[in-house]
Amino acid sequence: MQLFKNTNYDFLGKKWPFIIASLVLTVAGFTSIALKGGLKYGIDFKEGALVQVKFAYPPPDNKIRSAMLRKIQGEVSVQDLSGSGAVNMVEIGTEAKGEGEHQLNANRDDMQTVLTATFGQPDSGKLDLNNTSQEALANRLRDALARAGVPMSEEQLQTQVRNILAEINTQHSGLITDFNQLSSVPGMNAGIMNTLRQECYLAPFHVVSAQMVGPKVGAELRKKAVLATLYALAGMLAYIAFRFEWIYGLGAVIACFHDTLITIGLFSLFNREISMTVIAALLTLVGYSMNDTIVIFDRIRENLKFSRKESLEAVMNRAVNQTLSRTVMTSGLTFLTVIALFIWGGPVLSGFSFALVCGIIVGTYSSVFVASPIVLFWHNYADRRRKPSAGGGPAAPRVETVRKSPTKAVR
Amino acid sequence: MQKNLRTRTIVIVATILLCIFFIIGFPTSKAELVDHLKSNIRLGLDLKGGSHLVMEVQVQDAAKGDAQQTVGRMLQDAAKQNITIPVQPEVSDPQTVDDVGNVTITIKGVPPAQASAFRDLVTSNYPTYILTALNSTDYQMKLKPSDLVDLKKETVQRAIDTISNRINELGVAESSVQQYGQSCSDYQILIQLPGVDDPARAKELIGTTAVLEIVGVDKTHDTPFASREDALAKLGGILPLNERLVPEKPRAGQQGAEWYLVSKTPVITGKEMRNARSGQDDVRKWQTSFSLSPDGGKRFGRFTGEHVGDKLAVVLDGTAVSVATINERIEDQGRIMGLGSEEEAVDLARYLRSGSLPARVLPLSENSVGPSLGADSIHQGIVSGIAGLLAVVTVMLVYYKRSGVNAVLALFLNTVILLAAISALHAALTLPGIAGVILTIGMAVDSNVLIFERIREELRTGKGVIAAVDTGFNKAWWTIVDTHVTTIVSCAFLFLFGEGPVRGFAITLTIGLFANVFTAVFVSRTIFNWELSRQRGMEALSI
Repeated sequence: MQLFKNTNYDFLGKKWPFIIASLVLTVAGFTSIALKGGLKYGIDFKEGALVQVKFAYPPPDNKIRSAMLRKIQGEVSVQDLSGSGAVNMVEIGTEAKGEGEHQLNANRDDMQTVLTATFGQPDSGKLDLNNTSQEALANRLRDALARAGVPMSEEQLQTQVRNILAEINTQHSGLITDFNQLSSVPGMNAGIMNTLRQECYLAPFHVVSAQMVGPKVGAELRKKAVLATLYALAGMLAYIAFRFEWIYGLGAVIACFHDTLITIGLFSLFNREISMTVIAALLTLVGYSMNDTIVIFDRIRENLKFSRKESLEAVMNRAVNQTLSRTVMTSGLTFLTVIALFIWGGPVLSGFSFALVCGIIVGTYSSVFVASPIVLFWHNYADRRRKPSAGGGPAAPRVETVRKSPTKAVR
Repeated sequence: MQKNLRTRTIVIVATILLCIFFIIGFPTSKAELVDHLKSNIRLGLDLKGGSHLVMEVQVQDAAKGDAQQTVGRMLQDAAKQNITIPVQPEVSDPQTVDDVGNVTITIKGVPPAQASAFRDLVTSNYPTYILTALNSTDYQMKLKPSDLVDLKKETVQRAIDTISNRINELGVAESSVQQYGQSCSDYQILIQLPGVDDPARAKELIGTTAVLEIVGVDKTHDTPFASREDALAKLGGILPLNERLVPEKPRAGQQGAEWYLVSKTPVITGKEMRNARSGQDDVRKWQTSFSLSPDGGKRFGRFTGEHVGDKLAVVLDGTAVSVATINERIEDQGRIMGLGSEEEAVDLARYLRSGSLPARVLPLSENSVGPSLGADSIHQGIVSGIAGLLAVVTVMLVYYKRSGVNAVLALFLNTVILLAAISALHAALTLPGIAGVILTIGMAVDSNVLIFERIREELRTGKGVIAAVDTGFNKAWWTIVDTHVTTIVSCAFLFLFGEGPVRGFAITLTIGLFANVFTAVFVSRTIFNWELSRQRGMEALSI
């Protein structure tokens, strides 16, 4: 089975519609960023306090917001996460404008207090089984079990408590609505169940994660991630310049830049947050895009060795056609993996896979329609300057465009 | 060719065995296998649940402490040499770490006649300080920049040591405490507590603000006051110079705290405390013994020698946890005797041992992930990962037929090597790490596709099977080298300049790329060779 056999499409001849599309996308992304007053950063990059809470029923956003505002000064955002694959989850956040770490910390603690006060039973004197730790539960059950006539050694108690919490966390996503859901826990018996019912209650929510990022760390992390990426791009430029020619390095790096910018723009357009995981995804797409570009450049270099009479544009077109099968196969296959992640990967991976879905599409066409034209433009320009009389037409004899070529293949 | 093939096969089998050993060790039972697997493939906090805190060491505290001690020693030394310092020297009180360089001691009212004697005293006794004259009687002292750097480094290191000790004492498995960031953020430490998903509990473990001091109790007022108001009333509303009131930790069954008047200048700080343990003396009464650093021991010896019969207070975070009378001169080994109970002795030993944070430590960021989020992400990640991989395998097998098997084997082996390397390096698998794995798999697929397409191309030009495979591999080799080296170069920069998660990504990806060169080129080639050697004069290749 073969998809393409000896194709001969004029890819570089059709570069303009794609370049224009790229420009439109870039401009759209940047306009969106400008209109929205900057990128939307995830908690790891902006300062603020944030808790993610899973509810047993569709979360009452307004009730949460008004309860929070009674206790916490300043802005409180309540965002429903249901869109990104999470069921009944909300993210409650405060953004700190000029507030110190101390205040953020207090805010975060307050959020948990407010949740318990609004939705739990803080006055019952019971322990909230949906938001507890192994230690707290063990302490609560130790004497109660002894009183109820279910004596246990400390070791048995700890194991039992660990099993109960493991059941809640792994089988029920941290939230149970009925004690009977615990009946399948190993070692569970009527005595323990009754004690649990007496000592604990089930709040209709579960705090999934709690975060606080102070102004210092947020800004620094952001700066470092950007710097590391820029240095990495510079490093790649240097290597490609060494292996090919400097304009090839520049073309490849501009193509990568182009992919990253468009993806970031798409994040703004689709109102998604840039988090640390998204940075990892952006790095991944830089890797993909670079890989794609180099495969084509490599073929151009190889073709140039044997076809000195052909115009550079023709050589490039041939290289793109020759590598077309592999481009479609590789991009298609990686796209399959990423789309699976995007559909089934859940809320944590959603930003990550979104970046890769965009990145693979943009990264694949940028190798052909951004990186290669840059090299072509430069060489045409250089040729024209060198031989003004020849006019720089495609038939003009070409200068050596690639210095280094592989000397000997290694097995 | 046959011999070559055998060597290649041996290398491959050895690699596989080594990898399997790294991943599962030598299990003897099924339970052990699961155990080994769990301990070798460690999951990061974002997947397993736990707390991740970045704390800032308030190094200005340590600088202030050093200045306070210097003031105390200077007053004594000056008295010995009959130099008059009429006013208690003042130590400035900067509030943030950025102002650590602005900790100064201001000395006022030194008679001009004694200026040179005072100058000599300072330069010979406190060589870490620079003395500047403000006018003929007033001076200012500041730590030398190089000594300030040393002090900062030492403070951060001690904070790290102390916090790790505290956490280890409470037995949090696989916790880590380390310096965070490089040059510009010297004072930050990163604390990772797997399995602790409650921020309050995490802070309790770290005990963020415990600062320990041993101070002299004012000997004219060495009986405790009933309350702070009582103390102020008895002292006429003004505290004596360089002294402060601290409450005593209430004992069991005691109503309210009693207050002691103690010196502001500590004799010993947690910095000089080396160790402490509880025990019983000859008459089986409980006691706590402690040891001090040589430097601290000398100072403690001098102080206790001059103050036999006076009282000392052990102050932890502004609360006197113990007050004892000095029976004799004590140097670097001391005992606090006559404690009420074993519990009191054990607690005191723990305070002495763990209270040695040289400065306060404040949280800059805290991140707690509950185990349920991690469990859900892992589940969803695995389901979608398997779905994606199945799709890739199916397409490869359909499109490249039997050669597709090569690619699938290479892909599988690549993943095994990657997992083995992660467990051999004791690295933890985090979400960004998984991003690295995904890129690796993408590039592994790509390398195989590149080679196969090349072989197909060569076959189309009419070459024989053996020649086509040979040329295909040779030509694809340079492309593979270029793509891989470029990515490895970028990984090196990400590792050098990146932080935490970015580094995790770079490490996983680098390992994956090396594994990929091995599997896609070496292993896949070996399988081709094996297939070709099986059927002599083979004319067709399933590709």
